[in-house]
Amino acid sequence: MTLLKMAATAIKSLFSRPATLMYPARPAKRTAATRGHIVIDPANCITCRSCQRKCPTGAICVDVKEKTWQIDRMRCVICNACGDVCPTKCLSMDPAYPKALTARGGIYKVAVAGPKKKEPVPPLTDSPKPDKV
Amino acid sequence: MSKQIIVPFGPQHPVLPEPIHLDLVLEDETVVDVLPSIGYVHRGLEKLVEKREFTEYTFIAERICGICSFIHSLTYVQAVEQIMGIEVPERAHYLRTIWSEYSRLHSHLLWLGCFADSMGFENLFMNSWRIREHILDELEATTGGRVIQSACKVGGVRKDISGEQLDGMLFRLKDIKKDLHTITSVFLEDSSVKHRLKKVGVLSKQDAYYLGAVGPTGRGSGVAIDARETGYAAYGKLNFKPAVATEGDCYARCDVRIQELFSAIDIIEQAAKKIPEGPIEIKITGAPNGEYFSRSEQPRGELVHYVKGNGKKNLVRSRVRTPTFTNIPPLIKMLTGCQLADVPVIVLSIDPCIGCSER
Repeated sequence: MTLLKMAATAIKSLFSRPATLMYPARPAKRTAATRGHIVIDPANCITCRSCQRKCPTGAICVDVKEKTWQIDRMRCVICNACGDVCPTKCLSMDPAYPKALTARGGIYKVAVAGPKKKEPVPPLTDSPKPDKV
Repeated sequence: MSKQIIVPFGPQHPVLPEPIHLDLVLEDETVVDVLPSIGYVHRGLEKLVEKREFTEYTFIAERICGICSFIHSLTYVQAVEQIMGIEVPERAHYLRTIWSEYSRLHSHLLWLGCFADSMGFENLFMNSWRIREHILDELEATTGGRVIQSACKVGGVRKDISGEQLDGMLFRLKDIKKDLHTITSVFLEDSSVKHRLKKVGVLSKQDAYYLGAVGPTGRGSGVAIDARETGYAAYGKLNFKPAVATEGDCYARCDVRIQELFSAIDIIEQAAKKIPEGPIEIKITGAPNGEYFSRSEQPRGELVHYVKGNGKKNLVRSRVRTPTFTNIPPLIKMLTGCQLADVPVIVLSIDPCIGCSER
């Protein structure tokens, strides 16, 4: 019955659950290794700028004087090259995918501790909202 | 002689996953000539090699193609390693082989799905992609990325697969193999599929050889060329034979890819048994000074990366010759003389990856 080769699979699919997930009602599958987005631990950043130098897309900008670390999420290709070179391991990969962005949003800037930890780290200001278009 | 008309096919066409434009010269329903044109997705990735460090370019090489991304980065790093004389640890070679074969599995399943879609067999299309999803899950769990793995680096690999993970992968591969048998038997035995594929788009062995067909397109016509036989990564230590069919029609090309699916599973199983313990990367110093042609077997055929450096951090020249680019002349040969209704199936049968061929 060469004509009905597909029939068994087709009938089985009728009575089984769908293979797809109803995202975002149900969360997306992710594993511990999944590269979702880069997060920074501002207390450990020494503004060495290794991540800025190694970023293949130039998404990271570190200001040594102002002690800020900035990433443009629209430019980031989530390769984790910055996480690999970070000497203090303050950059890590979060398995959750970043939220959808507009072309003018996506810039995330935080104040970091800097090389000398004389002063206490200022509390992390809530993440900047994307500019209104 | 009837009047000739030109029917444009692509770059946007329901059956085409990627933009290629073909001007089909028709006499009645028969294609008598084909004029291809590409250039819709050129991104200048080869030029970018002058602006980025050679280690960073691995990430860019990977983004040349969205399907066989791992093998692009593998071929590029191989070229750089050869120039710099780096001995990659044995375990890294085996890991690269395992990921390459997983890429082949997911690419061929994607192709089977698209191919079924081009025949109008939606159910088969969905079922092929359902199996592919399991392969992508494995890639994500081991490398961190579903499609862009970013697992290769100059001097080794960035991620390791633990013994337990590898056992789990092999265990799940058995289930995948069972599902594959069910799905591929439809491609090979269903009478409606056979009717659509047999004796369609025939490419003779001689034409395939002289026009430079590579990969399953060439092997479907009996030209047994497989770059994996050169023994790059760990392929030299594994036992496999290139899949070959002799008919040269769409059915033969489909058959070759299905054989390759099972041989890929076999290679993964062999590699998992033989994989040695040890480091996965070595530290590199300096920059490449010299030039090298690196060859590897992509799911679509033979891929060549040419890399030239002058001892500085930025390379001087990179050139990529992708299998689809080589397979366009054989495609023209196949299309000449076919019926208009068969054009989508024949175009899909070479597995066109236009993003690859234009860089």
